Amino acid sequence: MGRQRLPWREVAIREIRPETPSAKTLVLDVPGWPGHAAGQHVDIRLTAEDGYQAQRSYSIASAPGEPDVELTVERIDDGEVSPYLTEEVGPGDGFELRGPIGGYFVWDPARDEPVLLVGGGSGLAPLMAMLRHRRATGTAVDARLLLSARTLEDVLYRDELEELAADGETAPPVVRITLTREDPPPGWSGFRGRIDRDMLTELGLPPTERPRAYVCGPTPFVEEAARLLVELGHEPARVHTERFGPTGG
Amino acid sequence: MARISRGFRGRRRQDAEPGRLPPGQYVTPDFPVLSAGPTPHPPLQGWSFTIGGAVGEGRSWSWEELLALPAEIVTVDIHCVTKWSKFDTTWKGVPVDRLLEGTEPWGEYVVAWCDGGYTTNLPLADVTGGKAWVAYEYEGEPLDPEHGGPARLLVPHLYFWKSAKWVRGLNLSPEDKPGFWENYGYHNYGDPWKEQRYWGD
Repeated sequence: MGRQRLPWREVAIREIRPETPSAKTLVLDVPGWPGHAAGQHVDIRLTAEDGYQAQRSYSIASAPGEPDVELTVERIDDGEVSPYLTEEVGPGDGFELRGPIGGYFVWDPARDEPVLLVGGGSGLAPLMAMLRHRRATGTAVDARLLLSARTLEDVLYRDELEELAADGETAPPVVRITLTREDPPPGWSGFRGRIDRDMLTELGLPPTERPRAYVCGPTPFVEEAARLLVELGHEPARVHTERFGPTGG
Repeated sequence: MARISRGFRGRRRQDAEPGRLPPGQYVTPDFPVLSAGPTPHPPLQGWSFTIGGAVGEGRSWSWEELLALPAEIVTVDIHCVTKWSKFDTTWKGVPVDRLLEGTEPWGEYVVAWCDGGYTTNLPLADVTGGKAWVAYEYEGEPLDPEHGGPARLLVPHLYFWKSAKWVRGLNLSPEDKPGFWENYGYHNYGDPWKEQRYWGD
């Protein structure tokens, strides 16, 4: 790996996709994008007319190898950057971006080991990059996702997750969702309530299968999920975590 | 001139005195958590802090012995590479100078090593001269495990990943050996005022 400085690149928003009432995906044209690994993030920098700048980090939701870079931004009400990115920008607008960043919270399908993905809220974004990458590479590596969301409406990429899990061509990933804040809709076959030991056990891939686990979400969620995985017997060194706080704004 | 983001105004920080916030950072009242893996919960019985490597004779303190050393209370600003800065954080801990007293270092670099396998590298000069502590209290309370308790390194003049959580020792060396994040794309030194976030910055 080279150690050259990561340059800031001017990027333009090509398309905006609403995902949930509070989250949107920005599809970006990034000239000269060197490619990324599933799980990495980028820094973005916004500049106001008077030169004031703000930087934030966002996980990349798109798979490596796709021509565009997609970022899913969840609106944080008192945030400085996310309200702008979810409400004010449109196609053709832009900002600066540099990346990809981070070499630890990444999934490499060549490792050929089962993966446990545990996501809370918009912490699904980097895990989605992994699932999309898994589909693109056609690997049959066992992959299982447990997603915690407040309500069904808050589930990012819901249709795509359903398609992925129903994919008959390759070994589909197991996708399980738990809803923490609402009575599930009639016929709901998912989990209900905050993630717990039983859900992780039912998800499968016990420690004897030596999966690599990726946990992403708000700090309390990640603390709890990682704690439960270790308690179940997973090796701490195989549990990769990525956290974001309400200050991600 | 950077590309203007149409309609972006941002939130001007009146709470940030000029010159107090490093470039690219924003002030937060929260204390976000960032770590690469599960939070370790080492039992204090059997816990020790060790100075080793290129120091002639190494030394080690049990938890009780560390607490019995003269400590300092310091109030400092901290800066995380993920862009948040937090002002006026108060810590209690033992100055690294004190831990090195009487040793004879013959290496210019240290690697802080931790429960959970985390490491980070620093020049010895950056943990001596009143610039670093092994901290075990935050705002008057025992340091929370998720924030690095029972004890973490505190090196506030560098990005906060250098302030290794769950620290168990310092290994001195004549060579500079990149630590965990330093191997995964983050800057080897990490000066927030020079915005040394990633390789090559």
